[in-house]
Amino acid sequence: MSERENESGRDVSQIVRGLGWFSIGLGLAEILMPGKLSRLIGINKEENTLALLRFYGFRELGAGIGILSQPQEPMWLWSRVAGDVVDLSSLLKALNSEENDNGKLLGALLAVAGVTALDVYCAEQLSAAGSSEGRGQRMSAQATETILINREPDEVYSYWHNYEQLPSFMKYIESVTLTGEGRSHWVAKGPGGIDLEWDAETTEERPGQFLSWRSLPGADVHHAGSVRFDKATGGRGTLLRVEMQYAPPGGRISATLAKLVGQDPGAQIKEDLRRLKQVIETGEVVASDASIHPGMHPASPPERVEDLNLALSPVS
Amino acid sequence: MKANCWMGKRDLRIQNVPDPKILNKRDAIVRITATAICGSDLHLYNGMVPTMEAGDVMGHEFMGVVEETGPGVKNLKRGDRVVVPFPIACGGCWSCSHQMYSLCENSNPNAGMAEKLWGHSGAGIFGYSHLTGGFAGGQAEYARVPFADVGPIKVPESLTDEQVLFLSDIFPTGYMGAEMCSIQPGDTIAVWGCGPVGQLAIKSAYLLGAERVIAIDRFPARLRMAHDKGGAETLHYEETDVLEALQEATGGRGPDACIDAVGLEAHTPGIVHAYDRAKQAMMLESDRPIALRQAVMACRNGGTVSVIGVYGGFIDKFPMGSFMNRSLTMRTGQTHVHRYLKPLLERIEKGEIDPSYIITHRLKLDEAPEGFAKFLAKDDDCIKVVLKPH
Ligand SMILES: NC(=O)c1ccc[n+]([C@@H]2O[C@H](COP(=O)([O-])OP(=O)(O)OC[C@H]3O[C@@H](n4cnc5c(N)ncnc54)[C@H](O)[C@@H]3O)[C@@H](O)[C@H]2O)c1
Ligand SMILES: [Zn+2]
Ligand SMILES: [Zn+2]
Repeated sequence: MSERENESGRDVSQIVRGLGWFSIGLGLAEILMPGKLSRLIGINKEENTLALLRFYGFRELGAGIGILSQPQEPMWLWSRVAGDVVDLSSLLKALNSEENDNGKLLGALLAVAGVTALDVYCAEQLSAAGSSEGRGQRMSAQATETILINREPDEVYSYWHNYEQLPSFMKYIESVTLTGEGRSHWVAKGPGGIDLEWDAETTEERPGQFLSWRSLPGADVHHAGSVRFDKATGGRGTLLRVEMQYAPPGGRISATLAKLVGQDPGAQIKEDLRRLKQVIETGEVVASDASIHPGMHPASPPERVEDLNLALSPVS
Repeated sequence: MKANCWMGKRDLRIQNVPDPKILNKRDAIVRITATAICGSDLHLYNGMVPTMEAGDVMGHEFMGVVEETGPGVKNLKRGDRVVVPFPIACGGCWSCSHQMYSLCENSNPNAGMAEKLWGHSGAGIFGYSHLTGGFAGGQAEYARVPFADVGPIKVPESLTDEQVLFLSDIFPTGYMGAEMCSIQPGDTIAVWGCGPVGQLAIKSAYLLGAERVIAIDRFPARLRMAHDKGGAETLHYEETDVLEALQEATGGRGPDACIDAVGLEAHTPGIVHAYDRAKQAMMLESDRPIALRQAVMACRNGGTVSVIGVYGGFIDKFPMGSFMNRSLTMRTGQTHVHRYLKPLLERIEKGEIDPSYIITHRLKLDEAPEGFAKFLAKDDDCIKVVLKPH
């Protein structure tokens, strides 16, 4: 490791520790005096807001303790980033409401935006440092997620192996087209209407057991992934295990990718796996009155169903 | 359609919202003929449950007539009269196949949110915050019922709405509360809380063979109902030392099982209440476990504490020493309603029980906000409010 990297490494770890304590402080403040805090940042002190602030408080506290106890673990910072995004969106929402003090809110918004930038920076540094060790390629984010599906491994495997139906549960994947010789072409919808595309090739295939793939040169998103299908104990179906590695994003793709895989790629994969489980066990992705809208939405029936992107797939 | 919407703490409004539509193939749309206000709704009303959004449609106890079915629903048709269980269950996951329907692994689209607070998620629930899915509830003219091929039970025309409505929640809840006590001949069961759930727990304890039931509350009308209709002995907790009275009644041994039908908003006179209110305000605990603490302390050695009152977050000063050293068992849960629909409908049909005796108020849907205020304050001896949307 060069001198310079060493320096910046120390900087990052100092900022990381600072962010950890910031999390703990903010978490405690949110839990113990949500009223004061909401006044400080200019949100109307309504009971629901307070409950939400306290809820955020527990989350902050968890992230803070995590950061301080495992400072090399980027996951905790990514969880802070995820939290920041929630905070930002609540503040933005509050900014649109007439009852709140917009001057103070704007201040809070800028502060959170600043902290978010810092969080992203540190998390990226840690992620890069973590995954460059011991691997040929520099991968910036790595995630492993598992789920139990109440079906035999053969059945779960063949559902996954039918690549063209992956968009039925992968939220951001628009289409997968087989292009022959173990290759496929993927289109993902990014925010702001930007499509991301890549070609992938299957690197290993053991029917009913294991699948792995990697993106080919020229991909918008460099990544490699694998899925294992193990028979779970005692008639519990299939224990499915996904491992993903994403290359460091750059340029135009950077922000889009961050949104695509989520600031916390593990969480995004977990959500996709939950939907896979729903599709296999119940026939389709389960919709609630709130879940069919992006972001928070009251639990009240939708105006029109035609506009909704309900991933309806055949009832099995 | 008209719906009773949560707009903030103690702020409910009847609003016009779009009619529900089929979103999944196994959905049905039900035209609601009767719906009730539950003690669980009071926790939302009082702002005790996080993740409510202004505009959420309330209500999880409802029944009605099937209007429309999705292509995946083969067992119901337009015109069928059904009661809908409050937890939403897919019928196909591991939990559902083990009859733990309120733990369905597929029905909560916000499972990730619930995992943050509880470690794992339970099933989706109608009209019960976004932690349990963000599903519009049944205090409305119509409701969308997901997994309609698994949940709703058809009810015979010979029974009135009021006789079967409580199959949606509180009759199975009271029954499960008693069942979790594993009642043996000669057993004495103590029940904290004589709200609708407590009343039906008392009845169920006798149905399941209890010798004596002792019911605890402070509202005379509720204690009277527990005594006159439920056949329980009663204790007024503000006038009696509950622990002492229970010891006395059982020769110092304590009740064989204790049912907490109170939950996180328990009340107690004096300093303990102030202590828990203060802790709750500072968020050092989110729930006030007053009845629960007492139930643990009262229970006989080796006995069972059955918790059907709802808790949301964290409690303080749980008497773990008493619980551990005296070999107690705790059983609890949101009710696995689907499991009880058929056997309890049969009991109603055979005339073994008619749960409608707990209804004290019948209102129009438009009057839901007043109904909540009355039910919360126990004004006018209010015990159970049923709303008629049509
Ligand atoms: N497990 C489930 O699936 C399920 C289903 C329905 C309701 N619930 C829960 O059951 C509980 C009761 O519901 P309900 O509809 O009867 O509500 P309710 O509010 O009408 O009844 C609660 C009763 O408890 C009494 N009480 C308060 N503090 C007490 C104390 N310290 N000792 C003894 N009694 C006390 C109150 O006076 C009241 O009569 C609620 O927490 C509700 O959320 C659970
Ligand atoms: Zn209820
Ligand atoms: Zn299920």
